Amino acid sequence: MSGGSFYQRDRQWHPRAYDPAYKTSVTRSPQKALIALDNTLSEMTGPVFGHDTLGPLDDDMILNFAKDGEPIGQRIIVHGRVLDEDARPVPGALIEVWQANAGGRYRHKKETYLAPLDPNFGGCGRTISGPDGSYRFRTIKPGPYPWPNGPNDWRPAHIHFSIFGQGFAQRLITQMYFEGDPLIWLCPIVATIPDKAAIERLIAPLDMANTVPMDARAYKFDIVLRGRRSTLFENRMEGN
Amino acid sequence: MVQSLDRLKESPSQTAGPYVHIGCTPNFSGIEGVFPQDLGTSMLNDGAKGERIRIVGRVFDGVGTALKDAMVEVWQADANGLYPSPQETRGTADPNFTGFGRSAGDMATGEFVFETIKPGNVPFKDGRPQAPHVTLWIVARGINIGLHTRLYFGDEEAANAADPILSRIEHRSRVATLIAPKTMEGEIATYRHDIFLQGEKETIFFDV
Repeated sequence: MSGGSFYQRDRQWHPRAYDPAYKTSVTRSPQKALIALDNTLSEMTGPVFGHDTLGPLDDDMILNFAKDGEPIGQRIIVHGRVLDEDARPVPGALIEVWQANAGGRYRHKKETYLAPLDPNFGGCGRTISGPDGSYRFRTIKPGPYPWPNGPNDWRPAHIHFSIFGQGFAQRLITQMYFEGDPLIWLCPIVATIPDKAAIERLIAPLDMANTVPMDARAYKFDIVLRGRRSTLFENRMEGN
Repeated sequence: MVQSLDRLKESPSQTAGPYVHIGCTPNFSGIEGVFPQDLGTSMLNDGAKGERIRIVGRVFDGVGTALKDAMVEVWQADANGLYPSPQETRGTADPNFTGFGRSAGDMATGEFVFETIKPGNVPFKDGRPQAPHVTLWIVARGINIGLHTRLYFGDEEAANAADPILSRIEHRSRVATLIAPKTMEGEIATYRHDIFLQGEKETIFFDV
């Protein structure tokens, strides 16, 4: 089914562009109002990536950078479903993830945190959602790390997610947090989201049913992309 | 209580952060051997139809400093105005053109470059042609939700003047922030398009 335009974004639910407690947003936030643009084909279409894009270890961050052993840290499986706002599965969604290692150190030239790199951990992975919208990948639970915002700010443990749906208007980058982490409620980046219920949508619960005994724990993280209207009321009586 | 609409809320956005390149362009950021090539590096092959062009620009913050940690993505139609997307119902797009590009920008200058083709016309909802344009999506540290904007072409004056989106922008002086001037750099038509996140020259961003 090809749909119509996407439901408008609830920008009171998403984070504010300008939030002085997250200091970098001060000079990187537009000051003028966004101009409303009814979806055209340019926003309703978007790139779709096939499974031939993926290598066999792309969804396995425990193995995809392993050199002379496996990375140090808590072995976890992250799984969930990509849905739209009508709770319909979104198949074929490309999900890219990146994260720090178990000690909170990113493999990046500009990273200066004194915690060491893990020689067997790269920190990037990707996968594509299946016909029922489900996805999973394997990794090491990332550590928290300090960052130069306030004098003593620490990011909660998190995994960054970049998701392509079926239209460019669905394009989304977000972060997954871990159930029970006390740093979540202290973090100025988390707090750019004004609504506690919205923040909770980004917190993955421990999922014992999907653990692998004596191997890896599991966390469940569902992702909701924008839903789309039926085409029925857009001068296309063929509907959906 | 009235009945519930039973609809889910979209997952809220968060900033891509300073290390977006680890996940989205790992080879560029020095993590090699995981993915053979960074996604969106090449938008076309030799068989692609249409005029080869180059899009070049930088993203500036509110104090005029170029961002060196932004990621810019582009999405555009092929030379015939068709999108290489399963949602495209008007025909089959050029198989030698992906329509999608992604650039991390130069580490020293922040300059992003896309080697692409000039897109054809895509219809507006009512069937009128939109002027040729490229959709851009910008994320970075300090940007809490990705910014959508468009690039229109400086040498398409008549089409731009008739464009259904450009023509209804109230503050006419801002329209120019979406139009990239054409320069010839060697043999190739180059469109220079700087993006200003904030301030006097602020680029128009859309709520799509």
